[in-house]
Amino acid sequence: MPIFSYIVLSIALFSIGIVGVLTRRNAIIIFMSIELMLNAVNLMLVAFSKMHQNAAILAGDLSGTAGMDGQLFVFFIMVVAAAEVSVGLAIIVMMYRNIHSVDVNFLNRLKH
Amino acid sequence: MNNVLQIVWLIPLLPLAGFLVNGLGRNYLSKTLIGIIGSGTVLGSFILSCWVFLQVKDGNTHVAEYFTFMAVDKLVIPFAFKVDQLSSLFLLIITGVGFLIHLYSVSYMHGEKPGHYGRYFSYLNLFVFSMLLLVMGANFVILFIGWEGVGLCSYLLIGYWFKKQEYNKAANKAFVMNRIGDLAFLIAIFWIIAKIGSVSFADVFAAENLAKLTQTDVTVITLLLFIGATGKSAQIPLYTWLPDAMAGPTPVSALIHAATMVTAGIYMIARSHVLYNMAPLTLNVVAYTGLATALLAATIALKQNDIKKVLAYSTVSQLGFMFLALGTGAYVAAVFHVMTHAFFKALLFLGSGSVIHAMGGEQDIRNMGGLRKKLGITFWTFVIGCVAIAGIPPFSGFFSKDAILLSAFEKSPLLYGVALFTALLTAFYMFRLLFITFTGKFRGTEEQAHHLHESPLTMTLPLVILALLSFAGGWIGVPEVIREGGDKLTAFLAPAVASVPHEHPVTHSQEYFLMALSTGLVLAAIIAAWLMFRNYQRKEAAGLGKVLENKWYVDELYEAIIVQPLHKLGGIFKSIVDPKLVDGLVNGVGRAVNYGSRQLRLLQSGQVGSYVLLMVLSMVLIFAIQFFLRK
Repeated sequence: MPIFSYIVLSIALFSIGIVGVLTRRNAIIIFMSIELMLNAVNLMLVAFSKMHQNAAILAGDLSGTAGMDGQLFVFFIMVVAAAEVSVGLAIIVMMYRNIHSVDVNFLNRLKH
Repeated sequence: MNNVLQIVWLIPLLPLAGFLVNGLGRNYLSKTLIGIIGSGTVLGSFILSCWVFLQVKDGNTHVAEYFTFMAVDKLVIPFAFKVDQLSSLFLLIITGVGFLIHLYSVSYMHGEKPGHYGRYFSYLNLFVFSMLLLVMGANFVILFIGWEGVGLCSYLLIGYWFKKQEYNKAANKAFVMNRIGDLAFLIAIFWIIAKIGSVSFADVFAAENLAKLTQTDVTVITLLLFIGATGKSAQIPLYTWLPDAMAGPTPVSALIHAATMVTAGIYMIARSHVLYNMAPLTLNVVAYTGLATALLAATIALKQNDIKKVLAYSTVSQLGFMFLALGTGAYVAAVFHVMTHAFFKALLFLGSGSVIHAMGGEQDIRNMGGLRKKLGITFWTFVIGCVAIAGIPPFSGFFSKDAILLSAFEKSPLLYGVALFTALLTAFYMFRLLFITFTGKFRGTEEQAHHLHESPLTMTLPLVILALLSFAGGWIGVPEVIREGGDKLTAFLAPAVASVPHEHPVTHSQEYFLMALSTGLVLAAIIAAWLMFRNYQRKEAAGLGKVLENKWYVDELYEAIIVQPLHKLGGIFKSIVDPKLVDGLVNGVGRAVNYGSRQLRLLQSGQVGSYVLLMVLSMVLIFAIQFFLRK
């Protein structure tokens, strides 16, 4: 499968994520959009990793280690995303307790 | 020979030390101690100068280098002193006459408050120090430091009685006039640096370096130096500060007019005679400026009624004579006249100080008269001074003035005629001053008449010494025609500076005739003065006399064509340029920043969405730049 399709798919997912972050006011949906962007990047990394691996095998390197670092990154990103989600959700819970809403536009106290 | 170099730095250092001690300790030291320190340091310098004189008498010249004063790229300016015949002669004049003036000041200024007394002596010492630096400097930059120093000290001393606004104005005038000349001098130094790449006299006057200069260079440099000299030595058009400098205490006038300051210009031109010899045009300018100044100042002196003003204009006039000598190439005659003039002008000023002292501060000669009986020593020394300046043989002024007149005659009879006429006027106004002041009836108040007394010994002693010098000081320059080998000064100065021989030297009989002519005319002028002023009655001047009394209205002219327009210009700047342009610019910057920050503040809305939007937009922007602008 050509790499081009993966790139298009990832860009589409990433753009949906950006638009989601920019347009929605619900904190949980913004969170989901961020996850979407992260996963778009993950997809990209895995796709490129695979592409490099195939290229290496075709060139005669049969060890199968080429492009592995991209896949390693994906694991790290997943770990960080999980940690981020737990902290972020905790913040959203506290936010809901305080202002009885998850609308980020109510949270403009940083201005002052 | 090297012992000269080892000790010569002490000569300027002593007055500097005196300046520091007296200046810092002016509130703690007693008046006696201040007087001793002030005079003693100058006396020390004088003794050292005598010793230096003995060292260079036989034609040695030395340059003592101490440290690098300034080094920029290839230009290295050492702090160095030049000890040769010219500078040693000036050293003797400055420290010798300077010491007598210090001694005189001890009594003259005794009425001052202790703090001010110390201040006075510290300035006086600084003045001597600057002048010594000026004549000892082995390059134009050290000379210029001294040059600026005497300008500063003249400002400080003219404005010594700073509580009188008028005196402060006189001090400012002296300073500003000097600055104008100094600027020209500075430009000349830069020009020399640009063309030759060195400021040391030894380099600048070396033949291979002079060859680098075009005729234009030489003419412009010498003209600029001459403009510098007109400021310091009070020549047309920058002479008006000198008569106003009378605001200072009388010994200061003596110091400025006789030993220091005004002779700086003469010294500088004599020092640069190599350059001047290459610029005939400049020499003519110098000669005619000097002559015009001599004549103008002499006519003004005819009608002045302030005892010090007469002497001030006579100084300007005599300086004009010296410049005439320089302009005709008679450098030695100019230096000779500097020396004799230092003697008799210091004598006359100190004598006038003695008169003013006796009269309780009165300076108007119309209120004097008949002082001869009460002020015996002052009178007789004053007579000697007048005879010397008038130029009667064998007094000193005769020989130096004769040398100048002779040189003028060899250059052109026109110069000679005007110079001779000026010499006549000199004799006339000096004896007018003498007769009005010392003969006839006393015209002052009862109180003044009661107060009249001869000055104390510390004041009369310098007078007597200076009178002796005024009498005999000219004998070192007796013309060859009178006595074979009599002109010792020319022989002495020969290694440092020599006059330019003229194409058509006068014959001996001609020279005798010229001497007899000038002496006869001067005697006639003295007799005329005696007839007119021996029983002086006060009367108002009219016609030409009034113009002369008002100094040809030169001050008013300067006021109208320079000062007033400058004031107007200042007014314009004050009312338009400063509030509109400068304030507008400064306030505009402030206002722009204020406005900009108020607009930028709107970005910080506190809305998370807008922050994210900005973040995304800037990221897109950075990517765009990466893509399209970077190759």
